[in-house]
Amino acid sequence: MALSGLVDVSQIQSKVLKDETFAHELLQDLSITVTEMFRDKDVYKSLRKNVIPVLKTYPFIKIWHAGCATGEEAYSMAIILKEEGLYDRTTIYATDFNQHALNRAKEGIFSNSMMKEYTANYQLSGGKKSFSDYYTSNYDNVIMNQSLKKNIVWANHNLVTDSVFAEVHLILCRNVLIYFDNTLQNKVQKLFYESLINGGILCLGTKEGLRFTDCYEKYSELDKKQRIFKKKY
Amino acid sequence: MKYEAIVIGVSSGGMNALKFIFSALPAGFSIPIIIVQHINAHSDNEWIKLLNNKSNLTVKEADEKEKIEPGNVYIAPANYHLMIENNKTFSLTIDEYVNFARPSIDVLFESAAEAYKSKLIGVVLTGSNSDGAKGIRRIKELGGMAIIQDPQTAESANMPASAIAAVQPDYILSLEKIIELLIKIDKPIKQITK
Repeated sequence: MALSGLVDVSQIQSKVLKDETFAHELLQDLSITVTEMFRDKDVYKSLRKNVIPVLKTYPFIKIWHAGCATGEEAYSMAIILKEEGLYDRTTIYATDFNQHALNRAKEGIFSNSMMKEYTANYQLSGGKKSFSDYYTSNYDNVIMNQSLKKNIVWANHNLVTDSVFAEVHLILCRNVLIYFDNTLQNKVQKLFYESLINGGILCLGTKEGLRFTDCYEKYSELDKKQRIFKKKY
Repeated sequence: MKYEAIVIGVSSGGMNALKFIFSALPAGFSIPIIIVQHINAHSDNEWIKLLNNKSNLTVKEADEKEKIEPGNVYIAPANYHLMIENNKTFSLTIDEYVNFARPSIDVLFESAAEAYKSKLIGVVLTGSNSDGAKGIRRIKELGGMAIIQDPQTAESANMPASAIAAVQPDYILSLEKIIELLIKIDKPIKQITK
């Protein structure tokens, strides 16, 4: 509000109705893009232990990061895939409806001030190398290695209005659905179900579940505590 | 029923304070209690189970979209903000830190104030920052009750002192007296429900 020079909600309302660019920008501004690398160490440990062995059985692998925001988790996944020797036969689709966030994700430039925390997260989650091997630091920022980006496809996709675009082996959608009501959650879960191969894996945020959605019966629990589910055959 | 919920904000020194509260509150205490305790982001929330074992009430982690029920104590999970919707259910969010904290006491208090208006009791306990001051002010603005731990009796005085500076509280009491007061407030309600 302060940035746009508007003083109250009714002014915003009239501008949203008349100015399409403004309406679009407001929407982007309202979307939450807070994310971290290797947020929730136990989830990443479980991905290495329970999910990677399943992915290894496929000749090529497609992974969908739905609602990737500024890309930290997609880079985290890329690092795990490298260390597990799967990166070269994997495509990661990292999607978000916020183009500003996607552009930043694509650049792969993050604040140096976060790296201490990310390094700790990485190590606690079972990282096999030195975290600093994956980025180059300059002044206040770091840039992620180009080799991590090679197989990541960054694309604009709106979970609510867009449809299935690929058949994938693993979907990660963490801390996105907590912002949705039950109706929207059901809609998005249907989209995920249709996008996964039989036996495909769905990884949600640690406070998210399937229990109150129509899809609950259609998955088995691969890791109950970390909210990792496997689509039934 | 005059009061429908109690929100408690607590930071450093909180473990001892919470242990005390839960051993002192009797079984059958009916007003739901919702707590933000500042805690390390990597906490696995096992401490909530430990508190539950020490309590006469059901102490549990607040779940996404869970309905708030009388007789329960809910604790915000580590690394998420806890908010209360107008339909008296929980929302968890991973928005930015507020007052260097996630969960933040202000975030819980402000959303609870909107949801419960004058039917809310806010309690600020021991802590060494100033989280909760804005939130307790909002609770008072919307007609709720503000109870603040007497800083002289708190393990860390700064958080209750900041809250007192932000608002004219209804009560400034020691932890023991706060529990006595809450039990007194809850008691007539129990008679009605019986």
